[in-house]
Amino acid sequence: MTASTTRFANPADVTALVRDDEVHKDVYIDADVFQLEMDHLWPSTWIFLGHDSQIPMPGDFMTADIAAEPLIMLRDKDGCVVVVKNRCAHKGAKLVSALSGKLSSNLRCPYHGWTFRLDGSLRSIPEPKGYAGSKYDLLASDRTTADKSIGLSRVKNVEIYRGFVFVKLSDAGLGFHEFFGDSLSSIDNMADRSPEGRLEVVGGTFRYMHNCNWKMFVENLNDTMHPMVAHHSSAGTVKKLWYADHDKTDVKPMVVEQFEPFVSNYKFFDDMGVKIFPNGHSYTGVNFSIHSAYSAIPGYHDSLVNAYGKEKAENILATNRHNTVYYPSLTIKGAIQTLRIARPIAHDKTLLESWTLRLVGASDEHLKRTLMYSRLINAPTSVVGHDDLHCYRAIQEGLASSDNEWVSLHRRYDESERIDISGEYKGNSEVSMRGQFRAWRERIVASMQAQAS
Amino acid sequence: MSEIERVQSFVYYEAQLLDEKKFDEWLALLTDDVLYWMPLKRDQAEEDIYNSLLYEDKLLLQVRIERLKSPRVFSQLPPSHCQHVLQHPEVICQGDKEYQSRTPFIYLESHMDTQITLGGVVHHELVNVDGELRIRRKRIELLNRESALPSIQLFL
Ligand code: FES
Ligand SMILES: [Fe+2]
Repeated sequence: MTASTTRFANPADVTALVRDDEVHKDVYIDADVFQLEMDHLWPSTWIFLGHDSQIPMPGDFMTADIAAEPLIMLRDKDGCVVVVKNRCAHKGAKLVSALSGKLSSNLRCPYHGWTFRLDGSLRSIPEPKGYAGSKYDLLASDRTTADKSIGLSRVKNVEIYRGFVFVKLSDAGLGFHEFFGDSLSSIDNMADRSPEGRLEVVGGTFRYMHNCNWKMFVENLNDTMHPMVAHHSSAGTVKKLWYADHDKTDVKPMVVEQFEPFVSNYKFFDDMGVKIFPNGHSYTGVNFSIHSAYSAIPGYHDSLVNAYGKEKAENILATNRHNTVYYPSLTIKGAIQTLRIARPIAHDKTLLESWTLRLVGASDEHLKRTLMYSRLINAPTSVVGHDDLHCYRAIQEGLASSDNEWVSLHRRYDESERIDISGEYKGNSEVSMRGQFRAWRERIVASMQAQAS
Repeated sequence: MSEIERVQSFVYYEAQLLDEKKFDEWLALLTDDVLYWMPLKRDQAEEDIYNSLLYEDKLLLQVRIERLKSPRVFSQLPPSHCQHVLQHPEVICQGDKEYQSRTPFIYLESHMDTQITLGGVVHHELVNVDGELRIRRKRIELLNRESALPSIQLFL
């Protein structure tokens, strides 16, 4: 990791940005704070890279940048998931540029043709005699395993949980299970909704460029006070048009089922509840959510009962969480099988990816509902997405004001609140955001201290 | 005016209505079973279970238009503006009542200090309804569909 800018040389400079019930505006609008996050928060936490269903066969790969590190996730010849840096060992060229694809038995650099095995080790160099006596001497008779170090850098902290591949780029920070704890139950619920317990990423990716800080998006996922305001023009209009010539007892099309709950009242969202976990993770929809009233898809309930037994099947279906935040990178909707992934680029630029998953063994109707939800709510062409992004951008610009340097996270704060442990709260509390910033401060400071020692 | 010329001027007229924001008049040009479709993948077939940037029926198009009239349409305060620049449409007549047209386009959408440029090919499927041309399908094959896109807020 590169050293952070001198403005944040000491942990005290970081802790000063976060108070229990408010944060300094620089956490959103300052380029040095962004660099601090990319040097310390993102490398020392478990970041979602991809899903193993995207690379089913040896040689399959996908690429993504995490904290500015270009990465390749691939399936090696033994069927294992390997993550390497997308940087040639020679002069640094990116080895593959596509977002996904299939390799032959090795990786060949497009510049001078060095090749690497799928485990990252250096395989061949054209005209190898030119490297006689150097550490790149592939012809030397005494080559040892230590020479493996001249291949591609391999990311060693890789964890796969029910197909979800997470990486931790630095050695600082917590172990995978310590970091996520019981929040993994939301991934379990999504995967358990498949009668086979398996998910597959399918249906294409929406890549939506957001000209705002990544945290505005992540915080918004458990912000239950905005839908009835920001989405009134979209969801409210769907409701108005539908009920103009239908009444409550008419069977609603899927579009109306999906939009209508966005303009539920404050009590609805408050009663939904929010659960927080240590390290910034949380979900809304403890008791029910905007996804609870979707109509049943024929045959599905029975297929789950067959797979899991009645009691477990009913527990799976009764769990309809709204958004789960795996801080800082991943947000999921188990009940409708969508992922939204934050890929920060600059303090005011974030690539937002929306993925859709198939419940393996369930009918195509589920996937069609998933695709519709993602298209209506998350696409760059979505009238819901437009108003969310408008608000994020409005914050980005409004915070330029010098009048008030602090951003409020006061809703339902009380001093006895224990955000260091798991707990359930009323849905309209801003407790999830307070938990995120506690984790933000803790993880950055711990990484700075690990680097200093 | 030949049949083909009539279709061509209809395609130009449709784009003009959108650029002039005469959305209710535009909506009146659509059949009740209209499909307004912007695939996400190249060579995407309608049967593919794959997502689309837009896959909208008349209700969803009405929602877009009514939303623009809402006093709370925050992302459109102030409003965006758009300009279609169309190449000459290629028209195929199918029987005496149906037409397919293929029109390469450039589309500009501006919002305050930002302007985005999109391009591609729009395919219309038009039918004669009581002597008037109506749009049954409009498929927009966006050139840069793989790119990370900004908000696209008006109608291509
Ligand atoms: S940069 Fe890769 S072979 Fe030269
Ligand atoms: Fe929203």
